[in-house]
Amino acid sequence: MSSNIPNDLKFASSHEWVRVEDGVATVGISDHAQAELTDLVFVELPEVGRSLKAGEQCAVVESVKTASDVYSPVSGEVAEVNKALEDNPGLANEDPFGQGWFFRVKLGAPEELDGLLSAEAYAAQIS
Amino acid sequence: MLKRTPLFETHQKLGAKLIDFGGWEMPLQYSGIMEEHKAVREAAGLFDISHMGEFSVSGRSAETFLNRILTNDVRKLQDGEGQYTQICNPDGGTIDDLYLYRLGKGIYTLVVNASRIDADADWFRRELARCEDGEREGVIFADDSSAWGALALQGPKAGECLKDALGQRPDNRGLLLGLESLEKNQLAVACWPGVEGQVIFSRTGYTGEDGFELLCSPAAVGQIWDAVLEAGASLGVKPCGLGARDTLRTEVCYPLYGHELDEATTPIEAGVGWSVALDKGDFIGRDVLVRQNEEGVDRRLIAFKMTGRSAPPRPGYPVWSVGDDAKRIGEVTSGTQSPSLGVGIGLGYISREFSSKGTSLEIEIRGRRAAAEVAPKPLYRPNTSE
Repeated sequence: MSSNIPNDLKFASSHEWVRVEDGVATVGISDHAQAELTDLVFVELPEVGRSLKAGEQCAVVESVKTASDVYSPVSGEVAEVNKALEDNPGLANEDPFGQGWFFRVKLGAPEELDGLLSAEAYAAQIS
Repeated sequence: MLKRTPLFETHQKLGAKLIDFGGWEMPLQYSGIMEEHKAVREAAGLFDISHMGEFSVSGRSAETFLNRILTNDVRKLQDGEGQYTQICNPDGGTIDDLYLYRLGKGIYTLVVNASRIDADADWFRRELARCEDGEREGVIFADDSSAWGALALQGPKAGECLKDALGQRPDNRGLLLGLESLEKNQLAVACWPGVEGQVIFSRTGYTGEDGFELLCSPAAVGQIWDAVLEAGASLGVKPCGLGARDTLRTEVCYPLYGHELDEATTPIEAGVGWSVALDKGDFIGRDVLVRQNEEGVDRRLIAFKMTGRSAPPRPGYPVWSVGDDAKRIGEVTSGTQSPSLGVGIGLGYISREFSSKGTSLEIEIRGRRAAAEVAPKPLYRPNTSE
């Protein structure tokens, strides 16, 4: 399975990615994860303002066949969720690292980022 | 170690995602459930169903013997016809649901669920041993499951695809005409040019669409698979996995053993009483089925649709009634997002009083309840459906 993995992202071993800009982390699921799940038909996103701990289950993504939990790779407060993804979950299939993002977290503990996987390390995990 | 069909390496080469299905390593999907589902509804799809079991029952008393074990009336079958039927226990619970084919007088082939092969074979052998001498006379039962490969070609273009795959040649003309004239639930036995052994072609399926199921020798199944896909490529025919098979059958509300049917559930409760011939004379489970047919059942299998935006329903989710006195009234047995309808759909057992069409329900999804409604069966009606 071929997965393109952008170099500027950090990854959780549970297949979420993180992109940090100005202290805010955008979180989504990896290309590998969407390919494994296939044909996404529903997402349930966290409430804006909810306080998350790293590793906490905070979203659900469902394919035709199964439901999977999504975990926040970082701690902090949910600043924004992707409404477009709620209306069209297929965005996470088509553009997992772009338009298919799930939610944004105002980083509560930026040092946690050091504990996440580099693109290279994640690529090794899924190979 | 999971069991594999003769097509296992073919599935791997096609990049199928493989899963454990009742002890078999089977393709869940190739290109994707949505795409495969759509191919079957609009063109055709080819499924490997070699995991299914095949039994033969033959002999002078085969009809009498089968009619005591199966719920449908075996005597209704002419040579070359098939019927949907069940094996029930004395309490009316379902040992298995299956297809019975009559190949000739006293010659029957049964196609049973993969997960039930051993349970069914034990049941037949035990019942045969218990028969009176006169009834057992000349009845031969055999579990021939490993001697058969099987394919299902399903969809509005299945006939055209099959014809192209067999090839339009003078020596094929009779076969092609014969296959075309097969009506639903009829079957023909013929050779596939160039492959070993004979093939049983039946106009049956599990998707609600027109189509054929082919039983052939395990050595021939790969050649037929390749021929069908090659001929069907220009028609939009795709290899399809168990994922699409499940969404297709759920849309047309066909029960799946282990979900809608089990040893504690009767065919009457499952809404397939049309395949139970209560008037044919005694058979195993009849007393309970007659009583349920007369008195009605406490729980019924219903079809439902989600009516608002929600996650898809899944097996095991609780079903609730609606209102101030809302209570738990049943459970989802099958559920998915319907690729044809674009909404969540499902099947489930609920208390009879809530089972009429249009009744509002709620499905509990991860602790929250989402609105649904009892819907007419089938949930989706293919263009070619009867």
